[in-house]
Amino acid sequence: MDNLVEIDNITFSRADRVIYDGITINVPKGKITAVMGPSGIGKTTLLRLIGGQLLPDKGDIRFDNNSIVKMSRGQLYETRRRMSMLFQSGALFTDMSVFDNVAFPLREHTKLNEDLIATIVALKLQAVGLRGAASLMPSELSGGMARRAALARAIALDPDLIMFDEPFAGQDPISMGVLVKLIRELNDALNLTSVVVTHDVTEVLTIADYIYILADKRVIGEGTAQQIRESDSELVQQFLKGKADGPVPFHYPAQKLEDAMFGAIS
Amino acid sequence: MNAIHALGVKTISRFAAAGRAALMLFGALFAIPRMKNVYLTVKQIYVVGVQSLLIILVSGLFIGMVMALQGYTILVDYGAEASLGPMVALSLLRELGPVVTALLFAGRAGSALTAEIGLMKATEQLSSLEMMAVDPLRRVVAPRFWAGLISMPMLALLFSAIGILGGHLVGVDWLGVDSGSYWSIMQSTVDFDKDVINGVIKSLVFAIVVTWIAIFKGYDCIPTSEGISKATTETVVFSSLAVLGLDFVLTALMFGIE
Repeated sequence: MDNLVEIDNITFSRADRVIYDGITINVPKGKITAVMGPSGIGKTTLLRLIGGQLLPDKGDIRFDNNSIVKMSRGQLYETRRRMSMLFQSGALFTDMSVFDNVAFPLREHTKLNEDLIATIVALKLQAVGLRGAASLMPSELSGGMARRAALARAIALDPDLIMFDEPFAGQDPISMGVLVKLIRELNDALNLTSVVVTHDVTEVLTIADYIYILADKRVIGEGTAQQIRESDSELVQQFLKGKADGPVPFHYPAQKLEDAMFGAIS
Repeated sequence: MNAIHALGVKTISRFAAAGRAALMLFGALFAIPRMKNVYLTVKQIYVVGVQSLLIILVSGLFIGMVMALQGYTILVDYGAEASLGPMVALSLLRELGPVVTALLFAGRAGSALTAEIGLMKATEQLSSLEMMAVDPLRRVVAPRFWAGLISMPMLALLFSAIGILGGHLVGVDWLGVDSGSYWSIMQSTVDFDKDVINGVIKSLVFAIVVTWIAIFKGYDCIPTSEGISKATTETVVFSSLAVLGLDFVLTALMFGIE
């Protein structure tokens, strides 16, 4: 199968903390690939690595068979036009209306006239159900609407790859359902390739074609939704079922309680 | 031993920050200008320049008035109140205009620049620009830098101008100095190259320093509410100190050595 993104055995550390220790992830073209894992594992970092905002210590990251790691700044900016990222906060420009936000990448990167831009923006906003909200400012939108507006902006240039950073975090059930539906439909209708980074198990299992689970600096499980559900790895099962204790311990590493409390007396 | 280690760490991080600041400035200065950026710069001139007008004009007026009042009470003892005009004009053009404008600009516009860019960083807007293949240095930093550079010397000149009018109001209209001597002695004493141009050069240097500090502090801040508040404070403190220190150096270079 053709892969759009190949993360090849990378190691990445920030300050003295190792975040990834030799992980390999492939993102096949036209599919939705999910990356799951507990909070604080550095899932957003992974997207920044793919976007070339961070560089790995070791290993290679390829986008459409070109190494992101070895690219010059100019090439990297050229490549980024083919990818887009939906940030957790939406990251809409707060000094522009929804319309101008969606029109922004078109105005920056194309020479289309304003009439054509207005048509494209209307179509993109229609796709996410916000055509009526075009004149609102980002501060007037609810969290779910802001994320949908950001999604419209992300697809404005018809990218090959779209990366979702925690798209479901902090959403009410209806907004969540809308987003799940949008991600699946847009992926199929626009022939996109999607990478979804999240810790919302149920939603992801319904839409992802292939799933990677990260924990403890490496990939601890991968497969289709079915394979993940049937995984016999204790770690994967703890994550799926949300058990408080297991291979991922409940307690942050510390001295034994007995020693800490009574050590001084005895 | 630990103290030496800490000192070393601090020194290295300071130098690293200076390096990042220089890189940011070059990235902003040598970004290829486009028509769109001219529009963005004009918009920023409105925000940092035009919107600072009120505070600059009011401060200038009062400083001119106070100087005329203070100057008159001293000069009148020597019968030299006719020199009030050049006294007010020279102090404003050489020193107070550029310096006070820079201090006010740091408080009014510099802190706003830091907070704005810092919040854009905290809300991932800068990251998002990068991922959209738009260079934030070109799009966000450069227009603000140029706007500061263009606005401040103009504000300083306006500050001096209204200060001189304020001096006239108090000295001539209230205290009775002769209007003709106020203007004519001022005209014969103030040298365009030496006084006006040097004042503008000073102001230009302050503009570079204050805007650079403000933008860098925002761009380099820790993207949390605490980090932004610290960065904003540092902008005002560092730029005020830099302006006052540089003013002495510039004055020594311009007027000290005859």
